[in-house]
Amino acid sequence: MSSALPPITHQEAQREFAETLSGFTAGDKPDYADYSRCIHCGLCLNACPTYRLWHNEADSPRGRIRQMALVDQGRLEVGESFVTHIDRCLDCRACETACPSGVEYGKLVELARAQIARNFERPRVSRWTRNFVYRRLLPDPRRIARLARLVRLYQRSGLETLVRASGAPRLLGMQQRAALLPRIDSDFFFSRLGKTFPARGQRRARVAFFAGCVAQVTFTALNDATIRVLQANGCEVVVPANQFCCGALAAHAGVRDVARELARKNMEAFLAEPFDAVVTNAAGCGSTLKEYTELFAGSDPAQEGASRNVLDAKNAAEFSPKVRDVTEFLAGLGLSSPLRKTRMRVTYQDSCHLLHGQKIREAPRTLLRAIPGLELVEMPMADHCCGSAGVYNVTETDTSMQLLQEKMRHASSSRASAIVTANPGCILQLRAGTKLYNTRQEVFHVIELLDRAISSENIGRNSAQAGA
Amino acid sequence: MNQQLILDLEHLLTREHVLSRPEDLLLYEYDGSVEVARPNCIVFPRDAADVVRIVEIANRHDVPIVGRGAGTGLSGGALARHGGIIVSFARMNRILEIDIENQRAVVQPGVVNSDLSAAVAHAGLHFAPDPSSQKACTIGGNVSENAGGPHTLAYGVTTNHVLGMQLVLCDGQLIRIGGKSLDAPGYDLCGLFVGSEGTLALVTEITVRLTRLPETIKTLLAIYDRIDGATETVVEITARGITPAACEMLDGWTLRAVEAWVHAGFPLDSAAVLLIEVDGMREAAEEHAAQITEVCKLHGAREVRLARDAKERDLLWKGRKNAFGAVGRLSPTYYVQDGVIPRTKLPQTLREIDRIGKENGFEIGNIFHAGDGNLHPIILFDARDAQQFQRAVSTADAIIRFCIEMGGAITGEHGVGMEKDRLMPLLFTDADLALMRTVRDAFNPVGRFNPGKIFPTGKGCGEVRINPLPLSGSAGAPPSGPTPS
Ligand SMILES: Cc1cc2nc3c(=O)[nH]c(=O)nc-3n(C[C@H](O)[C@H](O)[C@H](O)COP(=O)(O)OP(=O)(O)OC[C@H]3O[C@@H](n4cnc5c(N)ncnc54)[C@H](O)[C@@H]3O)c2cc1C
Ligand code: SF4
Ligand code: SF4
Repeated sequence: MSSALPPITHQEAQREFAETLSGFTAGDKPDYADYSRCIHCGLCLNACPTYRLWHNEADSPRGRIRQMALVDQGRLEVGESFVTHIDRCLDCRACETACPSGVEYGKLVELARAQIARNFERPRVSRWTRNFVYRRLLPDPRRIARLARLVRLYQRSGLETLVRASGAPRLLGMQQRAALLPRIDSDFFFSRLGKTFPARGQRRARVAFFAGCVAQVTFTALNDATIRVLQANGCEVVVPANQFCCGALAAHAGVRDVARELARKNMEAFLAEPFDAVVTNAAGCGSTLKEYTELFAGSDPAQEGASRNVLDAKNAAEFSPKVRDVTEFLAGLGLSSPLRKTRMRVTYQDSCHLLHGQKIREAPRTLLRAIPGLELVEMPMADHCCGSAGVYNVTETDTSMQLLQEKMRHASSSRASAIVTANPGCILQLRAGTKLYNTRQEVFHVIELLDRAISSENIGRNSAQAGA
Repeated sequence: MNQQLILDLEHLLTREHVLSRPEDLLLYEYDGSVEVARPNCIVFPRDAADVVRIVEIANRHDVPIVGRGAGTGLSGGALARHGGIIVSFARMNRILEIDIENQRAVVQPGVVNSDLSAAVAHAGLHFAPDPSSQKACTIGGNVSENAGGPHTLAYGVTTNHVLGMQLVLCDGQLIRIGGKSLDAPGYDLCGLFVGSEGTLALVTEITVRLTRLPETIKTLLAIYDRIDGATETVVEITARGITPAACEMLDGWTLRAVEAWVHAGFPLDSAAVLLIEVDGMREAAEEHAAQITEVCKLHGAREVRLARDAKERDLLWKGRKNAFGAVGRLSPTYYVQDGVIPRTKLPQTLREIDRIGKENGFEIGNIFHAGDGNLHPIILFDARDAQQFQRAVSTADAIIRFCIEMGGAITGEHGVGMEKDRLMPLLFTDADLALMRTVRDAFNPVGRFNPGKIFPTGKGCGEVRINPLPLSGSAGAPPSGPTPS
C-alpha cells in the first residue's frame, strides 16, 4: 500500500462517512431510496393496529420508518427501544394499503429485522428459541413431523385434558396460548407429495400446489379440500415433491439466509416442469412466494457469491409471477363446477397478507357470493388484523389478544354464523377467539365452503342441485 | 428543572402516559410538514381534568405547551418550536354522545375525522369537513387548523360545523363556549378559537354538527384538451349561480402521475380534468348535473363522464385524494404552495403560474380545489442541486406574490404554523398583525401555548431548508416533500 491515499469524490467521502455512522451494517438493510419515500404525512396512522392500541408515534408505521432512518443516520442505535418497536409491528402491511406515497413497508421492516437479527443480542432463551424454530424446525419437514407426533400424543393421550383440568395453563397465564395450539392431524399431508390429481371434466389448467410447512400436519383437510375444489373446476393438480416451507416466517423474523435457502429449493421444485400457476391456500405463504424477487434483490453479493445471485434473481423472476392465491386463481379462472345451495350467513375477515400483501380484496368475496343461498355480510373493520400475524400471537401474546378481542366484537356484531378467511394462521387465531369469547361462530377457509358446496357428501343443510 | 417537570407529569399521569426518553422525543420532532423541532416530553391526557393539571404544571415550570392531534399538519403547527411539553390528544378519542335527532355529536379532540363519519353513517349522517387527510387527522386538529376539503365549496369549512367547545385556557381555567346550536348568543367565541392553531387554548371537547348525507350524488369527470377550457368552466359555473358540492382540478401532468398509481380512469392524453360533484334532492342534482355538463361542453370539454355507481365515484375520489402521495412517487422532493385566489381569476393565474415556471425552468403541476380558488401548485426539483432548490423556493414565492396581487391569500387550508409565518407580512400590514397579537395576548399573554407560530419571527424570506444529509448510501439530501391535500 502506498502512503498516498487514492483521491475520492465528495460523494464517496460522504458515503464512507455515512457508513461509519450508520447503525446498520452492510447488506440487507433498509435503504435510503426506500425509506425516504415516506413523506411523513401520517395517513397510515389510523390504519395501523398497534398505533390504534397505544397511540404512540413510535408504534406507528411513520414512526417505525423514522426509526429506521434515524438508525441509518446514526442518531439512534439498534438497541432495546428500536427492537421493541420493530418487534411489536405485526407486519400486517395495512400501512402499505393506506400509504399514498407507495412506501413498501413490508420490505423495510423485514430488512430492519435482518439488521436486528445480525446486530442485536437478544436474551439467551429468546435467541435459542429463534434459532431452533427458524433454523432447525421450519426448514426441515422431518423435524416438523416428529414434533407434530409428540404434540399429537399429548393431545390424544388425555394428557392435554389433564393439564387443562389442572388449571395449570391458567395459573401460568397461558390459557390463551394453550387455546392457540392447533390440533394435530391424524393423517399428515406429506404422503401426497409427488402425486398428481387429475382434472374433473375437461382440463382447463395444470397447476402446482404449494402445501406449506406446519399446514402439512395441521391443515391436511384444508389442503385436500383445496385440491378437490381445483380438480372440480377443471384443474390438474400436481403436488411437487421436494417442496419446503416458503420461508415467510424466517424472512419476517429477519433470518434471511434461511429464507433464501428455502426459496432456492422451492424454485427448483416448482420450476422443474411448466405449470400454468403455482397455487397456495395460505395468504401468508403466497405473499412471500410472490416476493421471492425481493428476497434476492437485496442479497449481498459479497456474502453469498455473485454468480449464484444472478441465477437466483433470474429464477425468482420466472417463479414469482406464477404464484396465485387459490381464491385469486379460481376467481380469475371462473368457477365451472355446479354449486349446491348452502344456507348460511357468513362474514369475511380479510387476511392481511391477501389484502395488504397481495392487494386482493374482491376474489374471496366473489367466490363466496357465487355459492347459492350463502349470505355474505361485512363486519366493521374487516380489513384490520386479527392479531395472528405469523408467530406474533406467540411472541407478543398480550397485544395479539387485545386485537383478537376487538375482532371478535366486530365479528359478533355481524350476526353471521361463521367467519370466513383465507389463511390458515388466521383460522387458528379466529378459532381460538371464538372459543375464548364464546361467540358460537364457526371459522372456515373460503375453500372449505366451496368444497362443501361442491362435494357430494354435503352435510344436511344443502338441498337440491342449484340451477345453473 | 427538566427532571422535576417529568417527575411531576409522571406523578399526575403515571409513567405510561409520559414519554421523555431521548429516543421517544425523536419521534415527536416532526409532523406532516418539512419542519423539525424537538420537545422535552410528550404527555397523553385521559380527560379534561388531566389537561388542566398539565397546564398548571407547565405554568409552574414555565415551559411551553403544544397540542397535537395526529400530526398530519402541513405547517409545523404541532411541533414544539421552543421545546416544552407536547400534549398528544390521541388517547382522548372517545365519541361521547351522538344525538341523531338533533344532528350533533360531542367528541373528544382525538377522534379521527372519518371515524366519526363512520360511526353515524348508519343514520344517514356525516361530519362534513373532509380534508384529504380525513382517515388520519383528528377533529381537534381540524378545529385548530379550521380544516377544509373538496366539499368545502358547498358545506363550508370546519368552523361552520362546530357548535361548542370545552377549552383549557393558559391559566388552567376550564371553560365552555358556544352551545348546542349554531348561533349562540353573545360573541362568536367559537369562530375566534377555530383556526387559532393551538395558540389560544387547548381544546378538550367539541360539539359538532352532523350533516345529512345527500339523497343523490352525481360525480362528473370533464376532460379537456386545453387548461383554459377547464378554468373557464369553473368561472362560468359560478357565474350561473350553481354551487357544486365539490369542484377539483388536476392538470395533465398531475393526473398522469395519479393514474400511474390509482388507475382511476383519468385520460392520460388530456391537458386537464375537472372533478365536479353535485348533490342534494334527486331532481335538483340531475338538473345541476345537466347544466354543468352543458357548460363543460361549451368550454371545449372533449368528454364529460358520469360516475355510474358508488364504486366508480370512490375511485375518482381516491385518485384526487391521493394525488400528492402519487406525486411523491415521482420525487420525494417537491414544494407545494397553498395559495388562494378569487375563482374568477383562475384562468389568468394558471397562465401566470405556467409563465413563472417556464421562466425559472420548472414544470409545475397544478392540482386544486378549483371551486373555492384554493391552489396547490407543485414544483418538483432536485434537492441535491442547491441552486435549483433556491430557485424552487423563489419560484414558489413568486407564485404566492401573484396570488396576493390577485386579491388572494397565502394559505387556503394548511395553516400558517411555522412554515408560512415569514409570508404573513406580504398579506397583512403591521397594524393587522398587531391586532392579531392583541387577540393572542388576551388569551395567551406569556406565550404558554404554541409559541413561535403564526406571527413572523424575522427569518428571511426564501430561507433554504435542507434536512440533514441522508447519512447512508446515496448522495442526495432532499428535504422530504411537504404534502398537502
Ligand atoms: C396528505 C395530506 C392531505 C391534507 N389535506 C388537507 C385538506 O384537504 N384540507 C385541510 O384543511 N388540511 C389538509 N391537510 C392538513 C392537516 O391534515 C389538517 O390541518 C388537519 O386538520 C390536522 O389535524 P391533526 O389531527 O393531524 O393535527 P396536528 O397536525 O396534530 O395539529 C395541527 C394543529 O392543531 C393543534 N392542535 C391539535 N389538537 C389540538 C387540541 N386538542 N387543542 C389545541 N390545539 C390542537 C396543534 O397544536 C397544531 O397547531 C392535509 C395533510 C396531509 C398530510
Ligand atoms: S405492518 Fe401493520 S403493525 Fe406494522 S406498522 Fe404497518 S400497519 Fe402497523
Ligand atoms: S402514509 Fe406512507 S408516506 Fe405517509 S407517513 Fe405513512 S408510510 Fe409515510
